[in-house]
Amino acid sequence: MSAILETEGLVKRFGAVAAADGISVRVEEGTVVGLIGGNGAGKTTFLNLVTGHLAPTSGTVRFEGRDITGLPSRRITRLGICRSFQIPQVFASLTARENLLVGLGIVAMGRGAFVGSGLGGEPPEEVADRVLDRFHLAAHRDRPAGVLPEGVRKLLDVAMALSVKPRILLLDEPTSGVSADEKFALMDLVLGAIREERVTVLFVEHDMELVRTCTERVLAFHEGRVIADGPPAAVLEAPEVRRLVVGEPGLREGAC
Amino acid sequence: MSTLAAVLADGMIYAAWLFLIAAGLTMIYGVMRILNMAHGSLYTLGAYTAASLVGAWLRGGHPPLGSFLVLGAAALLVGLVVGPIVERGLLRFTYGRDEVVLVLVTYALFLILEDLVKLVWGVESYYVTEPYGLLGTVDLGPLTYPIYSGLVVLAAIAVGLALRWGIERTRAGKLLVAVIHDREVSAALGIDVSRVFLVTFTVGTTLAALGGALTAPTVAVVPGMGVEVIVLAFAVVVIGGLGSVPGAALGAVLVGLVRSAAVHLLPQLELFSIYLVMALVLAVRPRGLFVAAEARKI
Amino acid sequence: MSDARRTALGLLAAFAVAVAAAPLLPRWALFLVAVALGRGLVALGLLLLIRTGLVSFGQGLFFAVGAYAAGTAGSRLHVGDAVALVLLGAVAAAAVAGVLGLLLARYRTIFFAMLSLAFSMIAYGLLVESPALGSTDGFNVHPATVAGVPFAGRAEAYAPYLLALAVAAAAALALDRFQRTHLGRLAPAVRENELRVEYMGASVRNVVHLNLVIAAALAGAGGAVTALAVGHIDPEMAYWTTSGEFVFVTIVAGTSSVAAPFAGAILLELLRSYAVQHAPNTWQLVMGATMLGIILALPGGLWSIFTRRRGARP
Ligand SMILES: Nc1ncnc2c1ncn2[C@@H]1O[C@H](COP(=O)(O)OP(=O)(O)OP(=O)(O)O)[C@@H](O)[C@H]1O
Ligand SMILES: [Mg+2]
Repeated sequence: MSAILETEGLVKRFGAVAAADGISVRVEEGTVVGLIGGNGAGKTTFLNLVTGHLAPTSGTVRFEGRDITGLPSRRITRLGICRSFQIPQVFASLTARENLLVGLGIVAMGRGAFVGSGLGGEPPEEVADRVLDRFHLAAHRDRPAGVLPEGVRKLLDVAMALSVKPRILLLDEPTSGVSADEKFALMDLVLGAIREERVTVLFVEHDMELVRTCTERVLAFHEGRVIADGPPAAVLEAPEVRRLVVGEPGLREGAC
Repeated sequence: MSTLAAVLADGMIYAAWLFLIAAGLTMIYGVMRILNMAHGSLYTLGAYTAASLVGAWLRGGHPPLGSFLVLGAAALLVGLVVGPIVERGLLRFTYGRDEVVLVLVTYALFLILEDLVKLVWGVESYYVTEPYGLLGTVDLGPLTYPIYSGLVVLAAIAVGLALRWGIERTRAGKLLVAVIHDREVSAALGIDVSRVFLVTFTVGTTLAALGGALTAPTVAVVPGMGVEVIVLAFAVVVIGGLGSVPGAALGAVLVGLVRSAAVHLLPQLELFSIYLVMALVLAVRPRGLFVAAEARKI
Repeated sequence: MSDARRTALGLLAAFAVAVAAAPLLPRWALFLVAVALGRGLVALGLLLLIRTGLVSFGQGLFFAVGAYAAGTAGSRLHVGDAVALVLLGAVAAAAVAGVLGLLLARYRTIFFAMLSLAFSMIAYGLLVESPALGSTDGFNVHPATVAGVPFAGRAEAYAPYLLALAVAAAAALALDRFQRTHLGRLAPAVRENELRVEYMGASVRNVVHLNLVIAAALAGAGGAVTALAVGHIDPEMAYWTTSGEFVFVTIVAGTSSVAAPFAGAILLELLRSYAVQHAPNTWQLVMGATMLGIILALPGGLWSIFTRRRGARP
């Protein structure tokens, strides 16, 4: 299998804090990878570095073998790396459907079309409706995103990232803000939609049960470093991970 | 050589005036997050009040030297009357709104105050040049300067030092800094934020009026005299960083010197010199010299 | 019927009614509407900016550039055709915005408002200091022609009126269409969440820059129309208080429809012509009070559009 995403010695310092302290990982194409770590472990920072929101202090990011370090996030998005956010980033006064149409419109413009889809594809409006259906959001279609419940907004955020057909999708705590008994259903929904698109997925998650069942590989972060990397069972049982990441559920509650 | 001296002297005089009009603007923004478009109207109010009071003072046969105190009293009067009326009667209903909405609110206030001035004082010009002539002139080498200009410089320095002392050394100043830092937390700690706002706006209004009062003896006091002031004050304030009093002082000196250099060396560039400095500073430091851009968490 | 359709039909109907009404209107009304529509064009551009989340206190700059470009071309280059002059005004203003936008497009909120104000004051200073352009007095504009017919005799009142109507209707229609394209849809998205727009793959700065240029083109066309209707231009057009009036019109009229800025502008001119005669010193007072009333009375509706959601703190 070939690496779709690869980082080498990624370092990001904020003053004295090293939020990323030499992160080197390879993500194989077509896999579903979980990313765990306590508060402030550097998970979000890692996503920010990969997607160009932050420039690394040192180190490189490669996507499909190409060095993308330092590119602005819009270029990285267009290459095929999309993400969702820990705090959902939606267009609050636009309806759910219009939220999707923003991204779909940008894709259409990339094909040279200012109205319609270009090259005879499906019209963006229909694509948007299909995506809403798939994410069980159809009922919220014409409501402004700002008034939707947190969990629904989270789902919309993910749907927006997936709608523009990325090659790899980075999800930052997709189930935070969602009640415990809804988490699995939500993740099933997300992963089901993703599987259809055959996208590589890396998702940040605090719920270890979810990580155990939904991923085929887990990365554990602590203080900006990778402290474990392997199949879920092995990583979640590793003593260091148990001590630094899994062991203290009390600490995690305020995470989102 | 004499040109250099003239550039420096004129520059400092102009800088003093700029600082007087800018200090209140930047302070109000720093504490209340309101960019007060009506600042120039408060300046106009100060000028008119000063013209009326000084005129009455002199007609009443009081000692002419006392008119300097009357200038200051006029500023204080405007500050203590108009400041609380505007803050309690209008601004307090708008706190928490977007900064752009507040710009629109103060723009509406500007429109209202401009006409109120005309309704109270009419559209005739007022002249109160006595305080200006009273002190005579002083020769600095080949150059002659009115001593009154020196007074304005002293007033600006005094205002600067007083603000600094007030913010750093007094209890009220400490509360102010707390509110600037974090409004919500200050309120939660029991600081009476609305009182801090009231005092800040009153002080800011007084400073604007003081700028107008001290200018009144040197110009014809006419409607609309403050309309350009907001633009100049903004240019000064933005160079140092909106909300920073030391920044306003630096901006005033920078703009004052550049403008006076332009006046003496390249008179056509006079007006642009000010905005040129501003555009250059903003191109390099989008938020001004003394304010750092803040990152947003996602 | 789709929204786009309805807007188009509404605009065409309004245009037809206004044309048909021309013979019934007194001369002063024809003049007033022509001038108001010229200013309404500037407000239409501001509406686009406001939908992008920006308030400019410097649209007077582009208004003046359009007017001076049309005026100079008329008197120096002997361009007579009114439509060509209006296009020229729009292009000149757009070109200026293209350059200034390199800096302006980096700013938001009050910084954008004040920087645009500062630029317009530079232009004002430039115009005042240019004897070739008439300095403070400005200059008279050569009467133009529409389709070869000069603005003279009976046509003198009708021609500017019809010209203004045609330009206003065309501009409103075009802007409405633009806002329904993929590119046009990015404007509200930028207002709401710039970060997400970048993360969907578009350049926020380019979107802002483009909308600045479009707004400037509209203001330039408005300046040219005004210059031809009034027959005189002066630097006052670039002064910041002129820009303030444009903001006033746009805010008071609301931003829900492309027709609103024109309605607002006509109303403002009517009030102004009344006030100039009966209450010259309370005119601004009434304007200010109206604006305050609208801002304070409608905290949600109109105003929520300025509330950029910055994302709650984690
Ligand atoms: N923009 C920033 N400026 C300064 N420090 C930052 C910034 N972003 C992150 N940090 C710091 O870097 C460290 C890692 O933060 P990060 O947000 O990546 O953690 P995380 O693993 O996503 O945590 P959580 O589970 O709480 O989301 C923290 O100590 C945080 O305070
Ligand atoms: Mg995080």
